[in-house]
Amino acid sequence: MLAFAFRRLLSAIPTLLVLLALSFALIRVAPGGPFDAEKQIPPEIQERLNEVYHLDEPLYQQFGRYLVGLAQGDFGPSFQYKDYTVTELIAAGFPVSLKLGGLAMLLALFVGVSIGTLAALKQNSRTDHAVMGVAMTGISIPNFVLAPLLVLVFAVTLRWLPAGGLGDWRNLVLPVISLALPQIAYIARLTRGSMIEVLRSDFIRTARAQGLPTLEIILGHALKPALVPIVSYLGPATAGIITGSVVIEQIFGVPGLGRYFVQGALNRDYTLVMGIVVFYGVLIIAFNFFVDLAYRWLDPRVKL
Amino acid sequence: MSAPAKGRSLWDDAWDSLRRNRAAMTAITIMAIVVALVLFAPLLSPYSIDSTDWDRISIGPSASTSHWFGTDDVGRDLFVRTLYGGRISLLVGLAATLVSLVIGITWGATAGYAGGKVDQFMMRIVDVLYAMPFMFFVILLMVFFGRNIFLIFIAVGAINWLDMARIVRGQTLSLKKKEFIEAARAGGVSSFNIVRRHIVPNLLGVVIVYVTLTIPQVILVESFLSFLGLGVQEPMTSWGALVNDGAQAMETAPWALIFPATFLAVTLFCFNFIGDGLRDALDPRDRREG
Repeated sequence: MLAFAFRRLLSAIPTLLVLLALSFALIRVAPGGPFDAEKQIPPEIQERLNEVYHLDEPLYQQFGRYLVGLAQGDFGPSFQYKDYTVTELIAAGFPVSLKLGGLAMLLALFVGVSIGTLAALKQNSRTDHAVMGVAMTGISIPNFVLAPLLVLVFAVTLRWLPAGGLGDWRNLVLPVISLALPQIAYIARLTRGSMIEVLRSDFIRTARAQGLPTLEIILGHALKPALVPIVSYLGPATAGIITGSVVIEQIFGVPGLGRYFVQGALNRDYTLVMGIVVFYGVLIIAFNFFVDLAYRWLDPRVKL
Repeated sequence: MSAPAKGRSLWDDAWDSLRRNRAAMTAITIMAIVVALVLFAPLLSPYSIDSTDWDRISIGPSASTSHWFGTDDVGRDLFVRTLYGGRISLLVGLAATLVSLVIGITWGATAGYAGGKVDQFMMRIVDVLYAMPFMFFVILLMVFFGRNIFLIFIAVGAINWLDMARIVRGQTLSLKKKEFIEAARAGGVSSFNIVRRHIVPNLLGVVIVYVTLTIPQVILVESFLSFLGLGVQEPMTSWGALVNDGAQAMETAPWALIFPATFLAVTLFCFNFIGDGLRDALDPRDRREG
């Protein structure tokens, strides 16, 4: 297991380097630099600025400098929010996004696995068709369409819940649901498929023959093997929730990383935007690493 | 004299199976109606995409003024705008899928057919790219290089080829061992021609299924970008852009949100159902999956 973890960790290094190189290259090719002001800068000052910010060095040295900075947790200063470093902004925004995304993920897993199992137990019944119909709707309605509709119904018309902002738990209900619904749909479909397969296998038939109650068969025997495809879906699900949070935070006015990203992109705050991309990229790579470990634990036959 | 018995090809079987799938057939019918509406219906309206009706700003749907879906906050007709938006959304869906198709098939078939070290290296690249937060890169490209519709095609197509490459490679690996490929190789056909003439045509079934499932994903990405204001620009529009406009005006003019949102959702719904139906019909391995 340890050797496996080590090998897997090594294979994450090229991925990480490609991520950093791509993000560095993107900043470099972006038209317009931070010092392109309206007024003409005298050439001596321009030279001095380039020197201070190391823009006169060859590219590979600049890239090295960028890597060393990142390794020390230094994403550089923000161009837009004066007096803040990008690291400070990420530290401010991430807990908010984490709360939102984490709750959405938990909700998606719990509801998705439950209704998927239910559908598998009653295959081809009305319950099954209803669950799969809802799942298809969840996949087909993008969350940036769903979110305004939810606001229209529950905030504007019924006035049950606030339409946005950040306060107590009631502010979280609509964004978390909007974020979780597409994932609930995917997880329910995956669970149904794998659960049907597991329920057909011999060891479940044996358990049934011994007269175990259905609930115990599901929880004690069928759930672990049936969860294998769901665990491997956790990586894409996390990426989906992170991407979704970009629009959801925008719609509900939640001051998380996704909102900083959109504002930063529109304001051409290059360092902030790249900082967030690198931060999330590293997060996804790390997450995939742990998912692979969990995968291996669930299904020892897996070789990666 | 009876006519000689007709053989049943894979395609005959698939067509029969698809025809029996009520959900898929309904989806195909609805999709045909949506496409017909998007192509021809704007001609029926007296309004054009950017003409403003100053006397009727933000009015609800009304048949008497021919504003069947109402107007937006500058008096533009939403019926016409929704359907023109649909043209853009569907066009992006098809064009970007084509881009991902070409890259994905070429990459996957080459890797699968070459096998060995080449295969390992090529698929390793796919793995690495898979872990990239591409949506963020696409947003940045849009911001840096302007909101150009061709850039959307390429950017979105460039993300979506990864799945296609993996599927095509898997299929190629299993096809490679079949006798007819062996026969072609024994007959002295070049590798390039084997891939082009024998491998790629046999991948068609799987590819069609994934094309149907890629189109809604691509439409979704375009809508996502347009929703953030980074997709198509005024006076042109797309469903995502219209949903964004509608969401901002929904308290006073809910119809501006509901009509484009419905069209977008129905289209995605239909593509997903058609894709599922085609998968059941053409890809027997996945038959049990939801």
